[in-house]
Amino acid sequence: MGKYFAKRLGMAVVTIFLVTCITFLLMNAVPGSPWLSEKNPSEATLAALNAKYGLDKPVIVQLGIYLKNLLRGDFGVSLKMQKNRAVMNIILEMFPVSAKVGALALSWAVLVGVPLGCLAAFKRGKLTDSILRVVCTLGISTPSFVVASILLVTLAGGIASLKLFPTIFDPAAGWRSYVLPCFALGFYPMCYTARQTRSAMLDSLNQEYIKTARAKGLKNSKIIFKHALRNALIPVITYLGPQVAFTLCGGFVVESVFSIPGLGRYFVQSIQNRDYPVIMGTTIFLATFIILMNAVVDLLYKVADPRIHLTKGGK
Amino acid sequence: MRKTKKIMSLALASAMAVSLAGCGQSTPPATTAAPAETTTAAEAAETTEAPATEEADGEFNMAVCLASEPQTIDPALNSAVDGAIMVNHFFEGLVKWEDDGTGKAKTAPGQAESWEKVVNDDGTVTYTFKMRDGITWSDGQPVTAGDFEYSWKRLASPETAADYCYMIDMVKGYAEVSSGEADKDTLAIKAIDDKTLEIVLSYDCPYFEEIMAFPATFPVRQDIVEGNEEWTYDVATYIGNGPYKMQEWSHNAYINAVKNENYYNYEKLGPDSIKFTLLDDANAMLAAYKSGELDFIEEFPTDEIANYIASGDITIEDYIGCYYVCFNTEDEVFKDPLIRKAFSLAIDRNYIVENVSQSGELPATGYVPAGVNDADPSGDDFRTIGGDYYSVAPEDYEKNCEEARALLAEAGYPGGEGFPTVEYMYNTNDKHKAIGEALQSMWQEVLGVNVTLSNQDWNVFLESRKQGQYQIARNGWIADYNDPCSFIDMWYTDGGNNDAQYSNPEYDALIDAAKATSVPKERMEAFHKAEDILIKDDAVLAPVYFYTQPYMLADDIEGMYYTPLGYFFFGYTSKK
Repeated sequence: MGKYFAKRLGMAVVTIFLVTCITFLLMNAVPGSPWLSEKNPSEATLAALNAKYGLDKPVIVQLGIYLKNLLRGDFGVSLKMQKNRAVMNIILEMFPVSAKVGALALSWAVLVGVPLGCLAAFKRGKLTDSILRVVCTLGISTPSFVVASILLVTLAGGIASLKLFPTIFDPAAGWRSYVLPCFALGFYPMCYTARQTRSAMLDSLNQEYIKTARAKGLKNSKIIFKHALRNALIPVITYLGPQVAFTLCGGFVVESVFSIPGLGRYFVQSIQNRDYPVIMGTTIFLATFIILMNAVVDLLYKVADPRIHLTKGGK
Repeated sequence: MRKTKKIMSLALASAMAVSLAGCGQSTPPATTAAPAETTTAAEAAETTEAPATEEADGEFNMAVCLASEPQTIDPALNSAVDGAIMVNHFFEGLVKWEDDGTGKAKTAPGQAESWEKVVNDDGTVTYTFKMRDGITWSDGQPVTAGDFEYSWKRLASPETAADYCYMIDMVKGYAEVSSGEADKDTLAIKAIDDKTLEIVLSYDCPYFEEIMAFPATFPVRQDIVEGNEEWTYDVATYIGNGPYKMQEWSHNAYINAVKNENYYNYEKLGPDSIKFTLLDDANAMLAAYKSGELDFIEEFPTDEIANYIASGDITIEDYIGCYYVCFNTEDEVFKDPLIRKAFSLAIDRNYIVENVSQSGELPATGYVPAGVNDADPSGDDFRTIGGDYYSVAPEDYEKNCEEARALLAEAGYPGGEGFPTVEYMYNTNDKHKAIGEALQSMWQEVLGVNVTLSNQDWNVFLESRKQGQYQIARNGWIADYNDPCSFIDMWYTDGGNNDAQYSNPEYDALIDAAKATSVPKERMEAFHKAEDILIKDDAVLAPVYFYTQPYMLADDIEGMYYTPLGYFFFGYTSKK
């Protein structure tokens, strides 16, 4: 196990290194610069800006400097979006907001999605199953910004008598701010999880060992939740692992619609603004987080199915 | 070169798409993602009365939305209008903007109580300021003439790398300091003592009073700013000398400002707090305004604005800016002024204003917009005196088209025959697209030429336009100060914003002449002549419309005032 994790860690470092280099080079290859605006700064100002932030050096030298600073935990300062503010401070401030909304959204998605999936599998072909299928198809095919916009124009003041929730997200204002964005962000994973669970469940319900369990006369609930579900969870975990990373790092669209000061929206804006250190910081952060979540997923496989050996690859 | 750039953009775009697909549900990064189109003007009228700010104990807390997170609120580094509005509330310059009683801002003595102006024999001008009594920073320390000396030198210094450093280029010694040739202490601004400040200008600048009220020239404190690049991000170190002070900054959510009890005019201030809400989605702003969470908004979803103007909910103010089309004068096709002029005349500006942009803009009859001062600020404006370069009366459009066709024929393309397909470029945005499509069809119908449209990401677009890698491009310019110079001098050969790559020695000579004289009338005559060359003779650009500033303010709030430079002032508002 220790050896496994050492290897894993080594690979993670290499991956992050590669992600860093590729992003850095691509980002610099794209035309544009953080200093451009409708009013172009004078040549002298441009030169001063480039010198101040080290953009006057060749890209490869810049990359070297960046990597060196990175090793010391220095992500640089924002060039444009929050001028001169340390990128790490920006990330550390915005990530918790995204993470909280994302965690709540995924929690409800899983807590509702998995049981619904089980229910649908168990009631296969019945009315409940059909209704759930319609809901899930709807949820999977509707983009989150549509869900978000519908919620915003109905429940957040669009219809005056139905103003239940604030339009502007304010973490200090309590749970009301979270309801709509979490619903919008979690709707798709919820539906997806329910569908995944349903098909995995159906799969395992047809297995021999379930028949055995039935023959033994076990209760339905025990068969489903103890025996079938455990096996059915593997594909769900596979899906949820990276999804956790993505959702926690912020759903760009939902953050935009509900004006949530989260990381997702910032990530996209940083690219539009060519705010190089912010692009780098957020990319590295996201990459690290995904690698971490993948490791967690592998561990969870083992919890769900003790027969899985992490070191040998597969069963 | 162009091709490699395209490939690289494509590569990054796909990389972005991949990360995006991760970062939420894979929807395109559209900032206009929230189509709240279902709301109508009628609903708005019902809900606008909602009192957002009424507090039980009679406090007046105002919530406004200007834009999203400001890039910086350091007075010297800021170059955006939303940042400038905030800086105007947190700081005060030698001169300040004051309500003239009708909601329009006029300049008035600010931190300087009075000043003397002496024109020296060598043409330089010496200003001597007497600082107001009892002016202090928000932490209680007195504001001194030395603070201004420090701040102006900081602004001019290349180490600061301020976008707006050139705003004080009339100060003697600026050129040498800004280029790094001379030490910043050679800039001709000097604190004689704590209460007396002396500034020497290299020429008699007619708009210097406005410069002193320009946010970049506002004072900052040396002991706070020096060695702390992040001073604006901490409430404890964001020390200003303006009517309001920062109480809290929740990044990407809001900046809360409260009255500064150390401000000399504290008693007269209005709102107990002003909350600058930071949103980046126009639909969200509108929804928040309608639900009563905001008292003021100035940005609207493009497809809703016409309804709100019609219903009277939106107020429209002048805004000194011009939306125009610029031609690449180095392009094979558009190097011919006849063709440029034909393209300009074929534009139906009324149609664009009334049916496309629909925000109450004025059809442009020249480049310098209405509202810009001429030699006598109280007399007719520059545009009125300069006259119209072509008629924008609807009944004259057909005549303009005739002339355009004649010009194109003269250039060798009668009826558009043999004219190569040309490209109109704009930055990706719904409104610019709609205007581009309108122009395309006008040029096709009137001149019989083929025009294709292309759009680019904002930053790529700016780069292409600057490098002259385009044929026709969308463009726009907002004045920094109320003087035609702000518009005219950008077309100087090799100027930083000369996107048309225009070069005309005669034009340059007129600008030089205008800058050399201190006689207002002569100066303006030179500017008028320069504009004649720019628009009438050379048709370097085709003005489309003059910008306007729409806004919505809650019905129960009064006392807000505005300058056509785009600055709103909320500090003296009150509840009816």
